[in-house]
Amino acid sequence: MTRACLQALWSHWRRNPLQLFTFLAGLALATALWSGVQAINAEARASYDAAAATLGEGRFDQLLPKAGEGFAQDTYIALRRAGWQVSPVVEGRLQLDGGAVRVIGLDPLTTPGALSPVAGTRDIDLNAFLTVGVLFANAATAARLADLPQQVVVDATVAPDTVLTDVGVAQRLLDRPDRLSRLIVATGQPMDLPPLDNVAPELMRIAAQSSSDVGQLTDSFHLNLTAFGLLSFAVGIFIVHGTIGLVFEQRRGMVRTLRTLGVPLRRLMALMAAELLALSLVAGMIGVVLGYIVAALLLPDVAATLEGLYGAQVAGGLQLRPIWWLSGLGIAVLGAGLAGAGALWRIARMPILASARPRAWAMVAGRGRQVQGVVAAILLASAALIGALDLGLLASFVLLGCLMVGAALALPLLLGVVLALGQRRARGVISGWFWADTRQQLPGLSLALMALLLAMAANVGVSTMVSSFRLTFVDFLDQRLFADAYVRGVDGDQMPAIEAYLTARGYDVLPLLSVDTRLASVPSELMGARVGPAYVENWAFVDALPDAWDRVAAGEAVIANEQLVRRAGLWLGDVLEVGGGLRLPLVGVYGDYGNPIGQAILSEARFVALFPEERPRQFGVLGAVTEDLRADLGDEFDVPPSSVVDQAAVKAFSLGVFERTFTVTAALNVLTLGVAGFAILMSLLTLSAIRLPQLAPVWAMGLTRGALARVDLLRALVLAALTAVMALPLGLALAWVLLAVVNVEAFGWRLPLYLFPLDYARLGLLTLGAAGVAALWPALRMARTPVSQLLGVFANER
Amino acid sequence: MLLDVRNVTKSFAGADGPVPVLAGVDMALDLGQTLSLQGESGSGKSTLMHIVGALDTADSGEILFDGRDIAALDEGGRAALRRSEVGVIFQQFNLIPSLDVTENIRFQARLAEREDPAGVAHLIEVLGLGPHARKYPEQLSGGQQQRVAIARALAVRPRLILADEPTGNLDEATAADVLDEMLSLVADTGAALMVVTHSPAVAARMDRQLHLRAGRLA
Repeated sequence: MTRACLQALWSHWRRNPLQLFTFLAGLALATALWSGVQAINAEARASYDAAAATLGEGRFDQLLPKAGEGFAQDTYIALRRAGWQVSPVVEGRLQLDGGAVRVIGLDPLTTPGALSPVAGTRDIDLNAFLTVGVLFANAATAARLADLPQQVVVDATVAPDTVLTDVGVAQRLLDRPDRLSRLIVATGQPMDLPPLDNVAPELMRIAAQSSSDVGQLTDSFHLNLTAFGLLSFAVGIFIVHGTIGLVFEQRRGMVRTLRTLGVPLRRLMALMAAELLALSLVAGMIGVVLGYIVAALLLPDVAATLEGLYGAQVAGGLQLRPIWWLSGLGIAVLGAGLAGAGALWRIARMPILASARPRAWAMVAGRGRQVQGVVAAILLASAALIGALDLGLLASFVLLGCLMVGAALALPLLLGVVLALGQRRARGVISGWFWADTRQQLPGLSLALMALLLAMAANVGVSTMVSSFRLTFVDFLDQRLFADAYVRGVDGDQMPAIEAYLTARGYDVLPLLSVDTRLASVPSELMGARVGPAYVENWAFVDALPDAWDRVAAGEAVIANEQLVRRAGLWLGDVLEVGGGLRLPLVGVYGDYGNPIGQAILSEARFVALFPEERPRQFGVLGAVTEDLRADLGDEFDVPPSSVVDQAAVKAFSLGVFERTFTVTAALNVLTLGVAGFAILMSLLTLSAIRLPQLAPVWAMGLTRGALARVDLLRALVLAALTAVMALPLGLALAWVLLAVVNVEAFGWRLPLYLFPLDYARLGLLTLGAAGVAALWPALRMARTPVSQLLGVFANER
Repeated sequence: MLLDVRNVTKSFAGADGPVPVLAGVDMALDLGQTLSLQGESGSGKSTLMHIVGALDTADSGEILFDGRDIAALDEGGRAALRRSEVGVIFQQFNLIPSLDVTENIRFQARLAEREDPAGVAHLIEVLGLGPHARKYPEQLSGGQQQRVAIARALAVRPRLILADEPTGNLDEATAADVLDEMLSLVADTGAALMVVTHSPAVAARMDRQLHLRAGRLA
């Protein structure tokens, strides 16, 4: 019986290959976008993990030089002799063909357990290890090391573009004899350890987790990618939902017959569910393969973006990680289940003697309009309520869900109102019929239009967010990098001499003093700045009192970054204790994008009074910095040219990074719109079969097939245009939620929302293009419908 | 002569080659005349009606409408002829579900730019559709829907009215009423009427009765 039932159920797909294609393609596309994004995220996260495992970042305390890029190896020896369980690290960039690699030298004997392959037991040539040295790198990096004399061992766990080796080998490769970059502090230290300042006053200790955590910084980027993937998946699910609904309605007759012939309802339901599961697994597998291709195409740009933005190393190649292909299959099955549950439920409740005739499912769908309206109103009201209240990160995702689903459900109702208005205002007979007929088609097209709405809203939202981020970041760079050049790694004791030297040559110097501390219990950096016109003119505040800079300059107040004030629950007018019992009112809050820790700025005088031992280790220079000046700074004060950073170069680099970000989002935009276009195509093709009885009488009354095809094309364009108009506010709302709610909850800073009308216009045209292309085929089919098929509608013996 | 059909043939593709449906049909119909076309299922009566109504094309032969050969018209020409000269009443009514009763009735007349509000109002009144004027097809009974279809066909004031089993979907009493109303209104307009029917009672009400057997007039 089971076999016969399955044959009967399968015969529907065999007779309707287009529906089978729609189902598989819709689900596969949805899965592809989702799993593609997940693949990128998984690959990037795996790279961070490899990097963190290699470098011990986040897991161990570290000792870093207070000034400069390194310190003498003798300091390390002194610490070891004093009982400190520390392990040396030397790192730097080594220029090779095809770009630089990061060389990290570790000591295999003292490195805390399981940190790196260097420390592990490896099948390596001991002679080579002790003489020329051994380099560990992943396969791609290893291929670039062939010219080096060291033995190269391929290890997939090593971070991309990174070479691990013994500390001595690294010193030779980097030409830094007897110099170290930092020390890793093992967790188990002796009880009677002498204070760090007594043994190595030039070093400072950075606690685990408060050091730069690339994972945290890049989460913002991944969060947005995930949101995009989820929205794309939702678009695909709308296609699948439409197809499943239609298929199940068309099989009502078959279900009734099977039940009449004695197939138990439970068996039938189980078989239909199994059929859905099998099809969704097939679609899921296709989707995972497509997702792999999408990810492989996008990953190089994502990797470049992440590296440029946050210095995070991500492999440019893709590995088949079980986490994402399993999640791809899972989400395909889940999506098909979500889409098919309602249809199965309706079939389960159908009386055995119910009408077998398909109820023109798409048309009947309109009857639930009132319920749909109520649900949409509830969801949108919930979104507004959650937006108004501050309920945390999870709630902000619920807000996103309510907003998107609520708006999608509201779309057919709003379109219905607009179309009714159009019908009322129509003058000509064809235009009157056009509006009325479009209203009639609305229920059948509404799922595809919802998909288009979500796709376009996602595009508007994510583009707005990325572009706003870009503008804000550029403003932020202008604000932060207002000096023409920055000099880092200066010996603080030389600062008065450097300043005098530069001032004598007409440069203004802005020393930057800083200490790592905790402010309001938040790990933070406290800075002392020489407040002057340059700060006042260039810095932009998220919020500030009118005389903020004057009060900071007078030493009466402090300003802080958003991360600190939000985490500490402070705002303007609140008092912040900055150290030594000094409490100053907070008069300004500034954006500090990408910084994981808090920051506060005092006047230079206040800072020096609080921390008289601190010396500036970096400063800004106002005035054009020439090559001669670089050379002089090197000759006179031993400042290496690489420590003098040109502001324009930093900005140009940052902008380059954003261009890559746009490549990724633009590619995802096009893919999502493509999926929505596919949804429209499939809906129109499905409807074209249902529609024939409606069009045939109009044709019989004297409208040519060509005219009907043109009307159908126009209808698709009008509906797409109306949907696009409605997607714009939704997309902006989405952007606002991402920038002002999700970002604040997740990362502690809020980004301003900027509008990009030209981008939206271009996206609108792209949407119309997608809808037009999607409608072209059904329109051509309409124009070429055989007369016999139209006449078949009038046949009495049907 | 309004309609002059000469030696028309038509066949459809079948699994074993072409299947002849009309095998040389000759007939004529003039304004003010009524004619019934009867025959068994598959005898070709609907096909003949579709061909004379410019809905389909013949394989050979001539179909002269007011002296013009329909076969020589392209699709646009046939569409124009259907729009302004032919009113078709279908068994399944084939109303436009998205338009209300009044809009359905006015529809073809407006397409032909021959709208006559007074004429439409008259048809609505005569056919008893006044209370239903703003209803949609799905809200009407079968008889009411067929009355709307008749009104739509007549509102354009065509010279040829084709009715394909106009009462086939109606109960006996309603069928009799609808037929009376249709014949009365057609007589008023002076148009030619060709009715395809299985019903001897309906055929008996026409001026002439033709029978099709195996694609030929018997």
